[in-house]
Amino acid sequence: MRLDFTVNGRPRQADDVWEGESLLYVLRERLGLPGSKNACEQGECGSCTVRLDGVPVCSCLVAAGQAEGREVVTVEGLAHYAGQRSGGTGARGTSPDEAVGGAAEGAGPQAGEGTGPAPVQQAFIDAGAVQCGFCTPGLLIAADALLELNPDPTDADIREALSGNLCRCTGYEKIMDAVRLAAARRSEGV
Amino acid sequence: MDFLRPASWEEALAAKAEHPTAVPIAGGTDVMVEINFDRRRPEYLMDLNRVADLYDWEVGEESVRLGASVPYSRIMEHLRAELPGLALASHTVASPQIRNRGGVGGNLGTASPAGDAHPALLAAGAEVEAESVRGARRIPIDDFYTGVKRNALAPDELIRAVHIKKADGPQQYSKVGTRNAMVIAVCAFGLALHPGTRTVRTGIGSAAPTPVRARTAEEFLRAALDEGGFWDNGKIIPPSVARRFADLCAAACNPIDDVRGTADYRRHAVGVMARRTLAWTWESYRGPGRVTEGAA
Ligand SMILES: Cc1cc2nc3c(=O)[nH]c(=O)nc-3n(C[C@H](O)[C@H](O)[C@H](O)COP(=O)(O)OP(=O)(O)OC[C@H]3O[C@@H](n4cnc5c(N)ncnc54)[C@H](O)[C@@H]3O)c2cc1C
Ligand code: FES
Ligand code: FES
Repeated sequence: MRLDFTVNGRPRQADDVWEGESLLYVLRERLGLPGSKNACEQGECGSCTVRLDGVPVCSCLVAAGQAEGREVVTVEGLAHYAGQRSGGTGARGTSPDEAVGGAAEGAGPQAGEGTGPAPVQQAFIDAGAVQCGFCTPGLLIAADALLELNPDPTDADIREALSGNLCRCTGYEKIMDAVRLAAARRSEGV
Repeated sequence: MDFLRPASWEEALAAKAEHPTAVPIAGGTDVMVEINFDRRRPEYLMDLNRVADLYDWEVGEESVRLGASVPYSRIMEHLRAELPGLALASHTVASPQIRNRGGVGGNLGTASPAGDAHPALLAAGAEVEAESVRGARRIPIDDFYTGVKRNALAPDELIRAVHIKKADGPQQYSKVGTRNAMVIAVCAFGLALHPGTRTVRTGIGSAAPTPVRARTAEEFLRAALDEGGFWDNGKIIPPSVARRFADLCAAACNPIDDVRGTADYRRHAVGVMARRTLAWTWESYRGPGRVTEGAA
């Protein structure tokens, strides 16, 4: 079947999509957006987390056809999304080398116009919250969604918001640091 | 495989009548796991995301009509006062990402003995609104679970909503697992005090082939509270009564040994949860919010 939906602010189309296919598969294998990771395909790890009409979900558990006509934001579009949210005009996409956890969307109007990573991505870099990086894209989407709703989260809020994301490397402390850092920078208006 | 996309409830019923083997998919948090792992290859997958009614809820005089697809995160956010037991149970489901998609309709569809909504629904009192092109009916929650992962729905029926009694007293939900998030219950227990009718209802998860109530325990406690005038005097429930209630709840279990726990452990844990949830709910009943306070 054919799938039409919006990904990272741009209309996208995928053809020959199998009816039982996941949104994650479409993003990675058909649209060339490998930022969202596939680590379990059963909702346990959160590395495939994307925003679906603004809501953080596991893309491995969304049937591709359910995304028809909807808006999806992946880690590749996070900088753009965060830029628009903060009213910035310049932040359109992340340049490939700067994107944490996945290449920015390739050819197209967004590429090359980036002004750098989203604040939460920068905080992950600065706090040393990335080791192998496999969990990072999902954590970035989840952390960004948390800070959007709750700019000043407690540690308990952060743990709760990230409880659906597994990391095998960091022991989570640096990830906690990164989210605290992003929140602190935001409240200082940095 | 065919992907069906009904745009309305009527279209969904018509599609299900035409293709009774079609597998509805709401949040997909059960269905997609099965498809991803090749455990299920339905001929038809029927997306319910476009049926807007399924995402609505209405708070009525006596009950809440909860659309089948209302995600757990909305229940936690909006219905904590009306449905405290279900809101607590919802909060124990998986992770934020899963709670943003999954809901009670899917939990009932799967009808796993470990589903977290079930003990809360059994304790609160609920009816499942099922419908097909042949008509609509209300299935009492006590008759809904018919076997391990089996329910009372006919092949052409869909769940439209669940009618859940609004809390008329304190409710609690307790779950045993190895961590806070992402845990399928080793066993679980829901308790609701119903001061209006001076009854107590229970729900037990993961400790029998289906979710069950501990009816003998409920009846024992009803009689004991009545006899001691506890609903009026608000005294602390004697330890002997609480212990007997816990033992009867444990006795209502018919558990198995599996990777998550042994049958003995489950029986024991259900007893502990019964005693604790009784203490918690009774404490809040006795507290300042007591509805019968000052009544004749
Ligand atoms: C990682 C992970 C962790 C989980 N943890 C928990 C947990 O802690 N506790 C828990 O209870 N569950 C848990 N689950 C299971 C699942 O999230 C729940 O059962 C959830 O309620 C399913 O809802 P859904 O909308 O996603 O259902 P779906 O997957 O869309 O559907 C589930 C079943 O219900 C049927 N169905 C759906 N809607 C209807 C309808 N309106 N009428 C008739 N049939 C319908 C479907 O055909 C299917 O058989 C977990 C799942 C995952 C992936
Ligand atoms: S790949 Fe989706 S949660 Fe692990
Ligand atoms: S950095 Fe390796 S899994 Fe998290």
